[in-house]
Amino acid sequence: MRKELRISGFGGQGVILSGLIVGQAVSIHDGNNASFTQSYGPEARGGACASQVVISDKIVDYPLVNQSDILVSLSQTAYAKFFSLVREGGDILIDSDLVKPLEVPKGAKIHSIPATRFAEELGNTIVGNIVMLGFLTRVTQLASKEAMIKAIRESVPERFMDLNMAAFERGYEYQG
Amino acid sequence: MEKAKRVLSGDHFIQGDIACSEGAIAAGCNFFAGYPITPASEIAERMALRQPGLGGVFIQMEDEIASITAILGAAWAGAKSMTATSGPGISLMLENIGLGMITETPCVIVNVQRGSPSTGLPTLWGQSDMMQARWGSHGDYSVIALCPNSPQEMFNLTIEAFNLSEKYRMPVFILTDAIVGHMTEKVTIPKEEDIRVYPRRYTKLPPAEYLPYKPEADLVPQMIKAGDGYHIHTTGLTHDERGYPVMTADCHHDLIWRLINKVKNNQDDIIRLEERYMDDPEIVVVSYGISSRVVIPAVMRAREEGINVGSMRLITAWPFPEERIAELSERVKGFVVPEINCGQMVREVQRSCKCIKPVTLLSHPGGDIHSPDDVYQAIAAIAKS
Repeated sequence: MRKELRISGFGGQGVILSGLIVGQAVSIHDGNNASFTQSYGPEARGGACASQVVISDKIVDYPLVNQSDILVSLSQTAYAKFFSLVREGGDILIDSDLVKPLEVPKGAKIHSIPATRFAEELGNTIVGNIVMLGFLTRVTQLASKEAMIKAIRESVPERFMDLNMAAFERGYEYQG
Repeated sequence: MEKAKRVLSGDHFIQGDIACSEGAIAAGCNFFAGYPITPASEIAERMALRQPGLGGVFIQMEDEIASITAILGAAWAGAKSMTATSGPGISLMLENIGLGMITETPCVIVNVQRGSPSTGLPTLWGQSDMMQARWGSHGDYSVIALCPNSPQEMFNLTIEAFNLSEKYRMPVFILTDAIVGHMTEKVTIPKEEDIRVYPRRYTKLPPAEYLPYKPEADLVPQMIKAGDGYHIHTTGLTHDERGYPVMTADCHHDLIWRLINKVKNNQDDIIRLEERYMDDPEIVVVSYGISSRVVIPAVMRAREEGINVGSMRLITAWPFPEERIAELSERVKGFVVPEINCGQMVREVQRSCKCIKPVTLLSHPGGDIHSPDDVYQAIAAIAKS
């Protein structure tokens, strides 16, 4: 079972950290394999940036992601750049306040959550990506909830732990 | 101040470059000199973070020429030293890489390859420095180069590179690329006591009897540590067993052939290959580094369709396994060589099989990698021919 995930948005939205957390949850805590890559170029500064994770119960040979099974999009620019690279029947997760899916690839399912607004209600928009990770975990089950929580604990500063845990739960419980 | 932990045993989800630094530290590296360059900067960054806490040295030098010179000097002072850069940095280091070869200085040089020549593609990958590593510095000498294809191998093979550099007393290359360097995967770091570290070959002879370039049976001379009371001379000029310049054809003959033969005669100990599905194959795909990870899905697809194809991965690009290729060429129908350059290691395959079998080059000049389908099509074309 090979699943390919792309997380996209503006630089500064936590796109890279989100991919690292998923990879860490899958490979260290769930006992599966994950290969994480990121787009690394001028576009990382303000433009559409993306991180990619290949997840498999076998060894990951080809490590790059072209078409993805799942796309997470946190900005309109990123959506415009990457929506056409979603496989038929794939899942697209968007921040509904930031992304209007004007075109949807054939057979893809859109899952919407106002992640940044929820983060703001919790006290800091910086955890918008963690709200999205909670939502991603429930919708796609790429990683177990327990593994994701462990990976977040290992990845965020101690003083923001409660905020991050609340953000993850908020996203995980959201029913759309 | 409490000393930092040297070997970070356990499972980590870390970048290839970071794993390379941790492998070096696990092998005992206590001196790193370098100049930042994408995609190798994270190796230096990690060393800057880790070495001070371990009592080691990190120096950011003014350029790559100074970096290679510093690691050669540090090795002679008893340190285990390393530098890391990308193609443009290696181009600057080449003269003193030759100095490292002729003075037989153990150290490790990491090249995280990017699209080249010149500044090329700073953030994107290539494998186009393979021949530069082999022939870059002027003159005749032998080279050892290891090609990791994952963050785990960045850890493991950096330890191996240090061990080989000590065992054969020479600079050893890690030749990886920007994908492996920047990719993040699980890396398992073993317990410190389970990591095999080859110690420096220090002499036991007293100063009066010691000759710095008198070889042992395996053609490798023993070393001393500066400051231990041995008066030694070392030079880039052709030298005799005492280390002093002797400008004669005879002396040059003995020295140069020993530099070449210390690798050639020990190649069974040095060459590392990963062979898969090699039970009497009809076609063999020869690959290395990131390209090898594209090959396996292609080989599996071809095998499902009844094509008897195997994979040979060069863990050591240098020395090249010419005898193994020659032996296979007697039996196979052909070879496929995918590489992210316009045809470098393919020449070695052609040379080793003496052109008696077709060798298909799958070249890509850099910035992307082949798709498994590209490799599959090349396999299928030979199978049909």
